[in-house]
Amino acid sequence: MGRAGQVNLGQAAFVGVGAMTSAILATKYNLSFWVCLPAAAIVSFIIGSLIGVISIRLRHDFLAITTIGFNFIVVYIFLYYELFGASYGIIGIPKPLIMGLKIRGFAYALLSWAILGLAILLARYLDRSWMGIAFESIREDEDVSESIGINVKKFKVLAFAVGAMYGGIAGSLLAHFKGYIVYSDFSFPYSIMILSMSIVGGIDTIAGAIAGSFIVIMLPEIFRPLMEYRMIMYSALIIVMLFVRPQGLLGRESIVLEKIRAILIETEKTR
Amino acid sequence: MVEDLHVYYGKIKALDSVSIRIGEGEAVAVVGRNGAGKSTLIKTVMGVVRASRGRIIFEEKDITNLPPWERAKLGLGYIPEGRRLFPYLTVEENLVLGGYSISTREELRERLEEVYNLFPRLRERRKQLARTLSGGEAQMLAIARALVAKPKLLLMDEPSQGLAPVVVDEIFKKISELKESGQAILLVEQNVKKALEIADKVYILETGRLVLEATPEEALRNPLVKKAYLGK
Repeated sequence: MGRAGQVNLGQAAFVGVGAMTSAILATKYNLSFWVCLPAAAIVSFIIGSLIGVISIRLRHDFLAITTIGFNFIVVYIFLYYELFGASYGIIGIPKPLIMGLKIRGFAYALLSWAILGLAILLARYLDRSWMGIAFESIREDEDVSESIGINVKKFKVLAFAVGAMYGGIAGSLLAHFKGYIVYSDFSFPYSIMILSMSIVGGIDTIAGAIAGSFIVIMLPEIFRPLMEYRMIMYSALIIVMLFVRPQGLLGRESIVLEKIRAILIETEKTR
Repeated sequence: MVEDLHVYYGKIKALDSVSIRIGEGEAVAVVGRNGAGKSTLIKTVMGVVRASRGRIIFEEKDITNLPPWERAKLGLGYIPEGRRLFPYLTVEENLVLGGYSISTREELRERLEEVYNLFPRLRERRKQLARTLSGGEAQMLAIARALVAKPKLLLMDEPSQGLAPVVVDEIFKKISELKESGQAILLVEQNVKKALEIADKVYILETGRLVLEATPEEALRNPLVKKAYLGK
């Protein structure tokens, strides 16, 4: 999210697309997790590019609003069609197997981390490739990017699709972890949660996205009594961050990194 | 070549039937006051702004409906007003981006080398972030970034903007060097005196309309130009 300067406020929808793909393939066709996960990634990538193509002419606020709309539409489709479990959801999604063993609990966390690791590696690789450079350039200055020969349309769609694919992978992991998914798991408030993650962490860096997700997920765990007020907390967090530090904690010219650097320099001096 | 170009921003007419022609290796200047439509003209040629009517012909090809990146591949290079570098990238990274359409590593190396030879100061500062450059250096980098792709026609929007007079002289010396080496240039400038020094042909734009097409000598003799633009 944010790599090419596009804001997607419907990320939960793509998580949903991935989760549903995985769930349907696993329960109806008895496919293993190792087939469902890539399938979920591919399907959300494709749907992401479609939405990307449709909304290519939109910038800034208009794009953001369109993605919110998309989120609602997807949720209603899940609710309406039997295929997606309608209002009951899909139950009995199997846990992934490694050598015949079911992965659950802590092992599942390890698996998720491994996949997160791979996803980070891929993101870093893309970041340094021509694609990443093009994204960066488009975010900085669209007109100039066009004039130096970057096909802005193509890369914007691509950025959108890659973001959707990551959402889809997350969705697949979620589906196989919970074993049960229902349309309301992917409604708009979750998009806001995802948004608050990237704003807290830093909207344009990989490190920022990861740090942000940890903080936003851990906060309600720490302040359990405040669970009911979670959405208020997220919203407040977004507003405070935007006022105090719009780049996020680990964004460009990150305060945290600067602090660490400063401490390192200090210790260097005292030695 | 630009033919009968009309551009609207909403209902406001920014360009009204403007036709200009740039020959091979020619430096053409379009001068005029603030809001005369100079930047609009150059942006329309690049394709960043769409023409409402009229045609843009480049090397006998109608490019009016091509997106900017296609035009860049055909050989248009654009130096935007206010330089618009990538501030958080280094000088070299800015140049590499300018060579985005170059496919091989060797060719890119070669092009960078050529550009550094033209602007030795940029070579010294290659590892520096673009935002740490002085105004003059930044303008040179903006020019260099456009030159990496070896454009057949260079579109320059107000290269003198916001620069000290000494620096303006330096930049224009570079532009005139480029012109001597056979680079075709479309220059848009408020600094009429400087523009006249290097141009083969000059157009004067007033509120979206062309009011004069002349050689620099003729323009200098023209009493209207003297009065309105040269303060004599």
